Amino acid sequence: MSQIRKSTLLATAFALIASAATAQSLVYCSEGSPEGFDPALYTSGTTFDASSHPIYNRLVEFKVGTTEVIPGLAESWEVSEDGLTVTFNLRQGVKFHANDMFTPSRDLNAEDVIFSFDRQGNPDNPYNTVSGGTWEYYGGMSMPDLIESIEAPDDYTVVFTLTRPEAPFIANMAMDFASIVSKEYADAMMDAGTPEMVNQAPIGTGPFVFQAYQKDAVIRYLRNDDYWGDPARVESLIFAITPDASVRYQKVQAGECHVTAYPNPADIQAMKDDPEIVVMEQEGLNVGYLAYNTLVAPYDNPKVRKALNMAIDKQAIIDVVFQGSGQIAKNPIPPTMWSYNDAIVDDPYDPEAAKAMLAEEGITELDMKIWAMPVQRPYNPNARRMAELMQEDFAQIGVNVEIVSYEWGEYLSRSRALDRDGAVLLGWTGDNGDPDNFLAVLLGCDGLENSNRANWCHQPFEDLIQQAKVLPTQEERQPLYEEAQVIFKDQAPWATIAHSVVYMTMRPEVDGYVVHPLGGHIFNQVGLK
Amino acid sequence: MLKYIISRLLTFVPTFLGVTLISFAFIRVLPGDPIIVMAGERGLTDERYAELSAQFGFDRPIYAQFWDYFTGVLQGDLGQSFVTKRPVWDEFFTLFPATLELSICAMIFAVALGLPAGVIAAVHRGKFFDRALMSTALVGYSMPIFWWALLLIIVFSGNLQWTPVSGRIDLIYYFPDPTGFMLIDSLTSGQKGAFGSAVRHLVLPTIVLGTIPLAVIARQTRSAMLEVLGEDYIRTARAKGLSSGRINGIHALRNALIPVITVIGLSVGTLLAGAILTETIFSWPGIGKWMVDSIFRRDYPVVQGGLLLIAVMVMIVNLTVDMLYGVINPKIRKS
Repeated sequence: MSQIRKSTLLATAFALIASAATAQSLVYCSEGSPEGFDPALYTSGTTFDASSHPIYNRLVEFKVGTTEVIPGLAESWEVSEDGLTVTFNLRQGVKFHANDMFTPSRDLNAEDVIFSFDRQGNPDNPYNTVSGGTWEYYGGMSMPDLIESIEAPDDYTVVFTLTRPEAPFIANMAMDFASIVSKEYADAMMDAGTPEMVNQAPIGTGPFVFQAYQKDAVIRYLRNDDYWGDPARVESLIFAITPDASVRYQKVQAGECHVTAYPNPADIQAMKDDPEIVVMEQEGLNVGYLAYNTLVAPYDNPKVRKALNMAIDKQAIIDVVFQGSGQIAKNPIPPTMWSYNDAIVDDPYDPEAAKAMLAEEGITELDMKIWAMPVQRPYNPNARRMAELMQEDFAQIGVNVEIVSYEWGEYLSRSRALDRDGAVLLGWTGDNGDPDNFLAVLLGCDGLENSNRANWCHQPFEDLIQQAKVLPTQEERQPLYEEAQVIFKDQAPWATIAHSVVYMTMRPEVDGYVVHPLGGHIFNQVGLK
Repeated sequence: MLKYIISRLLTFVPTFLGVTLISFAFIRVLPGDPIIVMAGERGLTDERYAELSAQFGFDRPIYAQFWDYFTGVLQGDLGQSFVTKRPVWDEFFTLFPATLELSICAMIFAVALGLPAGVIAAVHRGKFFDRALMSTALVGYSMPIFWWALLLIIVFSGNLQWTPVSGRIDLIYYFPDPTGFMLIDSLTSGQKGAFGSAVRHLVLPTIVLGTIPLAVIARQTRSAMLEVLGEDYIRTARAKGLSSGRINGIHALRNALIPVITVIGLSVGTLLAGAILTETIFSWPGIGKWMVDSIFRRDYPVVQGGLLLIAVMVMIVNLTVDMLYGVINPKIRKS
C-alpha cells in the first residue's frame, strides 16, 4: 500500500475515533498491558480482557456472570454416544471485522474454525511458529492428546474427533484460547509478509472492533455494528492502562474512568462509603492452599495432616492476610462452581485436639518447613504473612516451622519435586468452570511432579474423577465430584485456606455490569446511564 | 576539540562491549527460568519444557547464545520479547520518547529551580532563606517517590481537581504520534485543547520525577558557589566595585557550573531509575515500567536489549556533558 494511501486511511480512522471518543465511550481503567491480541498465544487474564472478550467469539461461550456454556459461533452441538465425536453446527451470516489492511470477502465458515485450532496443534501449519507461538493453553488443556482430527463435512459443520471421551471438552471450547480467528485474514497477512499482524491488528467476530493500541497507555475499540448477537451498548470502549491500584481509585473518583478492577483491600471500605463509587463483589473462582508432601513421613499419614489442619486459625488469615476480602475454604473447589459439596464440615480450629491427635500418632515435637510464595496472587495476597501466622499456630502444638522461599520460577520448579522437604503454599484460578479443572489438575495422579504439589495419588479419589470426566451430563458427573470432595476432606492432602473475593468498582452511571466468576472483565452489554 | 571528541568516542568501544556482556550475563545470573515462570502454577511436562527450551535456544551452550546475541546486536537486531513476541528494538523506540519527554521536563524543572535556589542560598549563606532552602532540599531528597506522587495526586487531582490523575493526555484526544513526544504531536495534531491537556498531564509527573534532582542540584550549586565566592578573584572583583549581580551571576556562577553540570549528567541515571516508579504511578507508557515487568517475567531479550540501549543513552548524555565542559571552561577545551 502506498504511503500516501496508508496515511489517508489512518487520518480517516483517527478522525472517526476522535468523534467516537466524544460520543458515548466507556472507559475501563485496566491493571496492565496486554501481551498481544491473539488470545491463543497468551495465558494472562489482562490479555484476555483486551482481546478475546471484546474482539473475538468462540464456538460456545460462558454466559456472562455464570459458568454455564451457551451457544456462540456454533448454534448447536451434538456429542456422539461413545463421546468420541463432537459436531458443531455453525451460525450463518457472521461477519468478520475489517481494518485498513483487510476487508473480508466472506462470512465465517468451517475453514476459520479448523484454522483456529490447526495452527495451534499442527507444526506444519504456517502459523504454528508465527509470533513465537507456544500455544500454552492449547497444550495445558491437553488438546494435542485429546483431538484426533477436526473435519468440515460442509461449510457450516465442524466435527471434532477425540481420542477419548472427555466431558469438559465443550467448556474448553468456550475458553479464550479457543477464540475463532479469520483464516482469510491470516492468509492475506501471510501473503503480505506480515503474519504477525494477526496478533497486533486483530480481526475477529466480536462485539467490538479493535481500533488502536498505544503501548502501555490506551487501547481503543469501536462498536461492531454488524455484530451477530446483541450489539454493544456503547459506541466505543477504551482501556486506560493504569497499573497502580491507588491511582485507579483516584481515577474512578475523579471520573476519569467508569469501571476499574483489583482495588487495594485497604481501600474497599472507603470506596463503599463513597456515594460516587459502586462496589460489586463475588467469590473468585480460585483456591489458596497449603499442600503437604504426602510421600514423605510423617505427612504420609492422613491423621498427621488432619491434625495440622486443625491447628490453623483460618479466620485470622482471612482477617490479616486478605483483610476481609476472602472467605474460608473448606473444599478444594470454590463455592461458585457446580458440584461444590456444601454438606462437608470443615476441620474445626482446635489446637488442643490437634496436639492430642499428633500425640496419638507418636509425635510430640516436629520440625517442618513451610514454603511461602514470593509473589502476590488473588488466592494469596501475602504468602509470607500467611506462613508467619501458620508458624505461630503450629508452635502451639509443638511443631516448629521454618519458612522458606525462592524466586518465583525456582519456587514453581523446586516445589514439583517428589522428595520435596516441606509443605507448599500455592493456589489455583479456574479456567473453564469445570470441577475437573481443579480436581484432576491439582489432585489427580497425572499431575504428579507437576501441578499436583501434594504428590497425592489416591486411587479411590482418582477413580471417581476419571469416571466423572467421561460421563456426558452434569447431572451424572455431579455426585461423583461431591463424593471425591468427601474423600479429599478425609485424606487432607492440603489445608484448604481461602477463596478470594473479587471486587469491581465503578461509577454510579455504569449500567449492566456483571461480575464474571471466571474472572474476565466483559463490557459487551454494559451501558452508561 | 575534534581530537577530544574522537578520543571520547573511542572510549565508547570497550564500554559498549562490557555493557553487552554484562547485560547478557545479568539476567541469566538471576535465579528463575523464563519457561517455568511463563507456565506459572499450571506447570508443564518435561517434553514440553525441552521443546520450548529448543525454541528459545536455551539448549545451546551459553557462549553460543552470547555469540548469537552479540552478532545480532552488531546488526541492530536485539531479538524479540518472549512475552509480547515483538522486536525489542520496536518496543524500546515506541516507549522511549515518553520517558525522554518526561525526563527532559523533569530536568528543566530541576535546573530552572535548583540553580537559582542554590545561588541565592550561597549568597545568603547562614541566613533564614539559606537554612529554609537547604532543609527543604533535604526533605525533597529523602522523599519516597511513591508517597510523594500519591500525595500530590490526592491533593491536586483529587481534592483541588487542578490536574488529571494519570496518563499522557485526555482520552478524547487521539491523533497520529509521529514523534512519540506528546507535546510536539499534540501541537501538530491541530486538535483544539490537545496541547493544553498534554501539558496538564505532565505537571505532576514532572514535579515528582524532578524533585530529587532539584534537591541535588540546589545543594551542589550552593556548595560550588560558596567555594568560588571565597576565591581571590571574586574579592578582587568586589574591590574593583563590580555590582554583586555581576559578580554572582557571571564571575562566580560560570566557574561554579562545572561540578553542577557533572551532577546534572549523573542525574540522568537517577532520572531513569526514578522513572520506573513515576511511570508506574502516573500510568506513563515509558521504558521504566517495561524493564521492571520484563525482569519479573525473565524476558531475557527485553532485559538485555533494554539495558544495552539505556546504557548507550547514558553514555551519549555523559559524552555531551564532557563536551559542555569544554564550552564552559576554555582550559579543558585547550587541553
